[in-house]
Formats: sequence, C-alpha cells, structure tokens
Amino acid sequence: MSTTLALPTVEEEVWRYSRIGELNLANYRSATATTTVENAEGVQLAGSEASALMGVAITTAPDVFAQMNTDNAAVIALKIAKGKVHATTVVITHTINESGVVVYPRLVIDAAENSEITVVERFVSADNVVSLVVPVVEIHAAQSARVTYLAINEIGNKTWQIGNQVAVGERDSNVRVFSVALGGDYARMRAEVRLVGQGANAQQTALYFADGTQMHDFRTLQVHEAPRTRSDLLFKGAVKDTAKSVYTGLIKISENATKTEAFQTNRNLTLSHGAWAESVPNLEIETNDVKCSHASTVGPIDDEQRFYLESRGVPPEIAERLVVFGFFDEVIERLPKSEFIEGIRAKVIAKLGSNA
Amino acid sequence: MTTLEIRDLQVSVGDTQILNGITLTIKSGEVHAVMGPNGAGKSTLSAAIMGKPGYTITGGQVLLDGKDVLAMATWERAVAGLHLVMQYPTEVPGVKLDDVLSEALKARSGSLPDLTKTIATEASRIGFDTELVHRAVNVDFSGGEKKRNETLQLAVLQPRIAIIDELDSGLDIDALRDCAQRVEDATKESDLGVLVITHYSRMFEQLKPDFVHILAKGRIVKSGGPELADDLERDGYAAYSSID
Repeated sequence: MSTTLALPTVEEEVWRYSRIGELNLANYRSATATTTVENAEGVQLAGSEASALMGVAITTAPDVFAQMNTDNAAVIALKIAKGKVHATTVVITHTINESGVVVYPRLVIDAAENSEITVVERFVSADNVVSLVVPVVEIHAAQSARVTYLAINEIGNKTWQIGNQVAVGERDSNVRVFSVALGGDYARMRAEVRLVGQGANAQQTALYFADGTQMHDFRTLQVHEAPRTRSDLLFKGAVKDTAKSVYTGLIKISENATKTEAFQTNRNLTLSHGAWAESVPNLEIETNDVKCSHASTVGPIDDEQRFYLESRGVPPEIAERLVVFGFFDEVIERLPKSEFIEGIRAKVIAKLGSNA
Repeated sequence: MTTLEIRDLQVSVGDTQILNGITLTIKSGEVHAVMGPNGAGKSTLSAAIMGKPGYTITGGQVLLDGKDVLAMATWERAVAGLHLVMQYPTEVPGVKLDDVLSEALKARSGSLPDLTKTIATEASRIGFDTELVHRAVNVDFSGGEKKRNETLQLAVLQPRIAIIDELDSGLDIDALRDCAQRVEDATKESDLGVLVITHYSRMFEQLKPDFVHILAKGRIVKSGGPELADDLERDGYAAYSSID
C-alpha cells in the first residue's frame, strides 16, 4: 500500500476536532473486506469495466484518504442504462473479519439519463476487530436520473472509518444520500453533493448515535454550480457516556447558481454530562438571488418534554427513550424503506439501554 | 376514598418566594376551585405538587393518603394517582400519544386494557379526532386540540386526583364545555377528586365546584362554597389584590 502520502493534521480546518493525530497507518496492512452484492443483476460491471467507471463523480481526490482508496480500490461499479428503473434495492455488505488491516471499498454508481436505482451499502465488523475502513462512494446522476443511496455504519467499536461520499447531479436529477452511523471507534465521513445541472435536486440525511468512547465526525458540502438547484440537508445525532460527535457543514453557491434553494439543519442531543457534540454550519454564497437557511442545535433533552412525559407517569428512562426516538423519527421516516430499518431501531434502543 | 392534603406549602422560584403557606384538603369526588388574579401563584401550586424542575419547596407537606408526595419522583406521583392537566401542554416532537399512554399504563399496572378501543371511546366523548392519537403529542395541535388531548389522557389514565391548571386558556367555548363536562363526569363515574386552578368561572357551568378558595399573593385568603365564585364574577379580584 502507498504509505508515502502524508496524513493531514488537526491544524487543518477540515480536520479540526478530528482524531487524525491518533492514526498510525503502519499498524494496518492492506487487505480486502468480504463483500457480498445482492440484486445487482443487469447493472453491475465486472473486471476492468468496473475499474474504468471510477471517476464519474470524483476527478480530483477530495483528501488523502480518497486518494489512497483510488490507489487501492476494491471496486463495485453499478451502471444503470438510460431510461431503466432498477426495481429492486441493491444491497452491498462489506464485512471486516480480522484485525490489523485497512480496506478500501469503492462503490461507483453511474445512473444514465432518466434511470433510477436504490442502493444500500453496509459496513460491518465485530467489536473485537481493530481495523480501518477507508470507503469511497461516488454517484453520478445524469439528466433526470434518480439515485437513492443509504450507507449503514455497523462496524465494531474498535474499528476506524475515514470515508468519502461524492454525488454529482446533472440537470433535473434527484439524488438522495442517507447515512446511518452507529458503529466505529472513530468514524468520519466527508459527504459532498455537487449540483452541476439546472434544476438538480439533492437530499442529504443522517442519523448518528455514539456511546461509550465512540466518535462520529461528519463534514458536509452542498455545492451549487447551476441555477434553480435545490439541496436539503438534515443531520441528527446523539452522544452518550463520553462519546463525541462533530458536524461541520458548508453550503457553497456559485455566482451563476441563481434561484437556488439550500437548506441545512443539524441537531444534536447530548444524553450524558461527559458527552460532547460540536456543530459548525457555514455559508459561502456568491449571488443574492437564493433562498438559503441553516440551523444548528446542541443540547440535552428538553426539560419541559421530559417533565411532560413523566407527569403522565412515564418513568424517566422510558421518557428519555421516547424523546430520543421521537428526535430520530424525523430521519427514520425519510429513510428509504428497507429490511434494515428495524435493525437500526433495535440498535438505537440497545444504545439507550446500555450504560458504559 | 383518596385524600390529597396540602399542608402549609411554601414554594420559591429562584430567589422569589411565590407560595407562602397553602393548606387545602381534596377528597375523592370533590371539586375544589382555586381562583386568583394573575401572579397570585396559581400555576406554581400545580407545578410544585407535580414536582416540576425549577420549583423549590421551602416548607410544608403534600400527602396522598398519608404518603409523602414531595419525596416521590414526578412519574411516581402520577402512578400514585395524581394527574396534571397543563395550562400549556408541551409539544413533544416525534412522540406519539398512544405510545405515551401505553408506557404510562404499563408503569401503573403492567397489564393493559384494550388501549385502542378505550382511546376511541374516550375520544368520541370529548370530540377529539382519533387521527391525532398517532401524531406527535401536541405538535401543531390547535389550542382546543391540546386541551382535548389533555382531557383524553385524564380519562384513559383514570387518576384519583386531578390538578387542572387554567383549562380555559387558549381554547374555544365548545372545547371548554366538552373538557369541563368530561372532568365533571369523572367526579361522578370514578369518584375523581379535582383541584381546578382558574382565573375565570366560565367553566363552572359544567365542572361544578363544591369549594372555592381565593389565592392572592401566595396565600389562600378566603374559602367558601360555589357562591364565592359568583361574588368574584361580580366584584373581581380588586378586593383581594391589596391584601398583604
């Protein structure tokens, strides 16, 4: 593997608050995850065709980890032909079975004009596995294409993840990118959508819940490069015990992207005194003719809500569970319907019930 | 027979003493109205009895059938048989009413009646739209819907003693009539004892007080029968506002 690339430091703004300083790549040897792909008949490319599809959304690697992924990628490539609707949800599962390895899963989704696909990508490892996942997903939605992508991080609490998502939407396309982060020791995701064609639409949605000593780290980017584009971001997270989370988000609207609408909402619940969450929204707008908003909150469960439920006779731990569930409900309702929703709910319950 | 005894209750909020010694005894089937001008401490009384954070008990006792209510957590007070109908019911995003009622009932007995049916029956009695049962509690409810929701919860949870705080704020006359009538019915059907806190007497047409107490400047300054409410309706609170 190429360890010649210099790692970033927390001195760099985009790595501020991160745990990058703890990473020693020498501890990991390059390997591949055990990967299964279901329901991809007719859209999955093989061999050199698959590798050749890399770059549909990423021309220059956004960071050194994306570059390392490009250099070492285990590629899964999905190409959806013009006008075709892939009716079944493609399910990709990466399992890391051993400690001391770094894996580089690369998912490329190239949706041709007016095509449609839904993909769920799961990352799984057992709690005793000490490894590193460096995933990259790139999504290209051509004119009027509709792509729904859900990433579920279920890696064990000793595994690290440093990932990148890049989605590019052309004219009148509709891209929805969902992230559910429950696992990991330190799990970072840089999530970028770039709307390059008129009328392109993107939705970014995340649910994250860290407990014990976990840390979730999200860096989002909503880039508008064409008129009448629309992006809507909703990230909701909770931290418990001494867990941490970071959200920093940037809406970037270029001068020609008039009549653009961009929304960004990040809400965080701190469920323990020792837990910590940071939320940093940013705007960079070069034209006046836009509709734009951002909102961010960090705080404990609202006292009034807690009192209301307890005054009905609901015990405190159940009141907390109801409120946290209610908090995440807005996100869960938006998730694409899949067999994994119940598992996500169950994991959220388990995290609420455990006291690390 | 259940008895709620409030003995010389003193409560402060921050550095300000709000209640200066309230003594009241409410028994099953009785309706006690505590009336008073704005700022008299009416809402503080209900909050303190239910244990709302931010209200400090500086003296006195609250006993439910001899048991020390002030030593209980809020949810234990509810399970013991107290119920608060709030003046401004809190919106709880994403939390559905039927889930709240289900958990509240579980905490009480462990065995559930047919909750859906009970909710439907009670909802129709007070004109509450059952669609709202599956929506987040109080979120985007109108004033009338919020109070009907509070009343529905009271009917389903069947407390021994209800504390009803300013039922008439923010709701139309029809909703007020439906809610007040349902509480009055509960005093007859299930022997509910009621402490109703209000500025106005307009709900007394349905919910008929047996006793009226006038609260001013943190004290009960006068107690009497229902006729006292008529006096207030005629003369206002001016006579009591100057009492020190």
